[in-house]
Amino acid sequence: MTTYDADAQGWFGGPAGATTPGWGGRFMPEALIAALDELDTAWQKALVDPTFGHEFDQLLQNYAGVPSMLYEAHRLSDHAGARILLKREDLNHTGAHKIRNVLGQALLTKRMGKKRVIAETGAGQHGVASATAAAYLGLECTVYMGEVDTERQALNVARMQLLGAEVVPVTSGSRTLKDAINEALRDWVASVDHTAYLFGTAAGPHPFPSLVLSFVRGIGDEARRQCLELTGRLPDAIAACVGGGSNAIGLFAGFLGDPEVAIYGFEAGGDGVETGRHAATISAGAAGVLHGARTFVLQDEDGQTVESHSISAGLDYPGVGPQHAHLAASGRASYLPVTDAEAMEAMALLARTEGIIPAIESAHAVAGTLRVARERQGETLLVNLSGRGDKDMGTALEWFGLGRPDGPEAGS
Amino acid sequence: MSVAIAFEKARADGRAALVGYLPAGFPDVDGGIEALRAMVDAGCDVIEVGLPYSDPVMDGPTIQAAAQQALEQGVRTTDVLRTVEAVAATGTPTVVMTYWNPVERYGVDRFAQDLADAGGAGLITPDLTPDFAPEWVAAADARDLDKIFLVAPSSTDERIALTTAACRGFVYATAVMGVTGARDATSDLAGPLVERTRRATDLPVGVGLGVSTGDQAAEVASYADGVIVGSAFVRTLHDHAGDRAAGLAALRRLTEDLAAGVRRA
Ligand SMILES: Cc1ncc(COP(=O)(O)O)c(C=O)c1O
Repeated sequence: MTTYDADAQGWFGGPAGATTPGWGGRFMPEALIAALDELDTAWQKALVDPTFGHEFDQLLQNYAGVPSMLYEAHRLSDHAGARILLKREDLNHTGAHKIRNVLGQALLTKRMGKKRVIAETGAGQHGVASATAAAYLGLECTVYMGEVDTERQALNVARMQLLGAEVVPVTSGSRTLKDAINEALRDWVASVDHTAYLFGTAAGPHPFPSLVLSFVRGIGDEARRQCLELTGRLPDAIAACVGGGSNAIGLFAGFLGDPEVAIYGFEAGGDGVETGRHAATISAGAAGVLHGARTFVLQDEDGQTVESHSISAGLDYPGVGPQHAHLAASGRASYLPVTDAEAMEAMALLARTEGIIPAIESAHAVAGTLRVARERQGETLLVNLSGRGDKDMGTALEWFGLGRPDGPEAGS
Repeated sequence: MSVAIAFEKARADGRAALVGYLPAGFPDVDGGIEALRAMVDAGCDVIEVGLPYSDPVMDGPTIQAAAQQALEQGVRTTDVLRTVEAVAATGTPTVVMTYWNPVERYGVDRFAQDLADAGGAGLITPDLTPDFAPEWVAAADARDLDKIFLVAPSSTDERIALTTAACRGFVYATAVMGVTGARDATSDLAGPLVERTRRATDLPVGVGLGVSTGDQAAEVASYADGVIVGSAFVRTLHDHAGDRAAGLAALRRLTEDLAAGVRRA
C-alpha cells in the first residue's frame, strides 16, 4: 500500500536525494533542534504507551465531547442533490477540532515536565483551545497573536484572558498569523528548557505535521466508522477546509487507504485567486520553505512571503502543511479555492436549512462540497464541519448587514 | 576567497577576527554598501551581508526592523549580490547571511554561481542545518564556497560533530539561547560551547549574538577566534537615520572600539 506518512526525518513523498525533493523536513535554527528531538522522542514514546493513549481518550471523551457525531444533513442534501454527512467538530468543547490537538500536545508537555506553553493564533481558536488546555492541566500559557488579529478578534482575546492566558500582540511584519508564529518561535528559542510550543496546525518543522495528525486523526477514524454504521458503505467523497491543514488531514487520514474515496481540500480563495487577494496556497502558491517545512508558499519572485487574504482568519495563512503538498503533488487529493462570497453564502444556507451556524472556515468546506455535488449527484459526500460560527458573528453581521430588526435578510 | 584567510591572519597577529554584519539595502542599497565599506576601513576582518527576509525567526527587533525597511524599499536578491560584489572588491572576505527560502527560490545552483561570480566567500545559514542541506553542500563544494552552519548551547556533542564536519570557513557559535540583539552582559553559555566545538574541529570558531562594545569583544576574543557583531552596527546606523555622515562616523568609531577590543584579549 502507498504510504502517505513521513519518514524519520519528516519527509513526505520521498527522502532528500530523491529526484524530486520531498515535502516537509525540518528547516529550523540549530538552537531548536534539541527541543524538536526531545518532543519527537516524547511523542514516539507516548504513541506506543497505552497509559498515554488511555489518558488522551478519556480527556477527549469526558472533557472535549469526542467522538463528535456524524450528522445527516437532510435539507441541505435535498438542496444539493447529494447525500451530505457532516462530521460535527463544531460541537466539541471550545467549538472546533482544535481542542483535540491541544489536549494531546498539552498532555505531552506534562510528560516532558515542562510548566509553560506558548502558542500562536490567528482567529484566536487555537489560542482559546491552548488557554483552555493550559487552564485544565495547570500550565502557564502565553499566546502570540498578530496585532491586526487582536483587533479583529477582540472577543477571543478576552476569552483567552479570562482563561488565564497572557496574550501578546505581535507588531512585527504583517502583524498577522505568520508573524505570530515567528514571534512564538523567537520566544521558544529563548525559553525552550521549560517551555513547550503548542503548534496550532499540521504544519511547521518535523515532528509537528505528523504529531498534530496523530492527535486529530480521530476525526477521520471516527467518521469512517460512523459512515459505515450509518450508510453501510464508505462515502464517495470527503471534504474539508484547509488553512494550515489540521482539520483536513485529520479527516483525510482515515480514508487515505481507500482509493475509491475521492478527497477534496478547499482553500480560502478570498476575493478570487485571479485578484491576488487570497490564501489559496496550493492552488496558487509555489514550492518553498516557510516555518520549518518545504511546502507550498505564497511568495514573490525572491522568495519573500506574500500576505494572504481571507474573510476567515483561520484560513488566512500563506503556507500549508507539507502532507497536503504531498497529497496534492501525488494526485491523491484535489485542492480547490472557495471565495469569501461563496463561503458566506454557504454559511447562511447551512443556517437556514439545518439550523447550524458554521465557522466561516468550515463554510468554505460546505461551499466547495455544494460545488462538487453538482458533478456528483446522488453520491454520498462527507464534510468536516470543523467549527462553529459563534466567533464569526461580527463578520457575519457586517457581511449580511445583520443586527438591525429591519435589516436585510442573509441569503435572501 | 574563503574567510579562512582572515582568520589565519588574525591568528598570526595573536588576536581574534572581527566579523561585522549589516543587512543589504539598509538604509538603502548604496548607503548600505558605503556603510559596509566604512566598517572594512575601520577594522572589520570579515563582512556578513544579510539578505533581508520577510520572516526572520532568528532575529530580534533591531535587525527585523532594518530588514523590513529594506524590503519596503524594494530591495531584491540581486541587490544583495551587488552589495557583496562591492564589498568583496575591497579584498575583505564577504559572506551572505540568509534564511533558506530566498536561496531556494533563486535556485540553489544559480545562487551559488552568482555569489561566487560576485566574489562572495560563502553563506551563513541560520535556518538550514547540514542534515537538510545536501543541495547547498553540493553547490558550495562545486565552487569552493564557505558553508557556515551554526552550533548552539543546546546542541548535543553529536550535533556539534555533524555540524562542524559540514562547515567550511568557520563555525558560527550562537552565544545565547535567543535571537539577535545587543545585550548588556555577555553570555556564560558561550565559553563552554566554544570549548565543546573545539573538541570536534580545528576550524576557527566565531561567537555571535549580543556583542556591542569593545569590552565585550575583548571578553569573547579571549576564548573565540572570531567576534561577530550585528545588531550594534544596525542600531548605530538607525540612531543616525537623518544624518548619513554622522552615521558613518559613528559606525567607524564603533568598529574601531570593537577592533581594539579583539586586540586586547
Ligand atoms: C473552525 C476552524 N476550522 C479550520 C481552521 C483552519 O485550521 P486547519 O487548516 O489547521 O484545520 C481553523 C483555524 O483557526 C478553525 O478555527
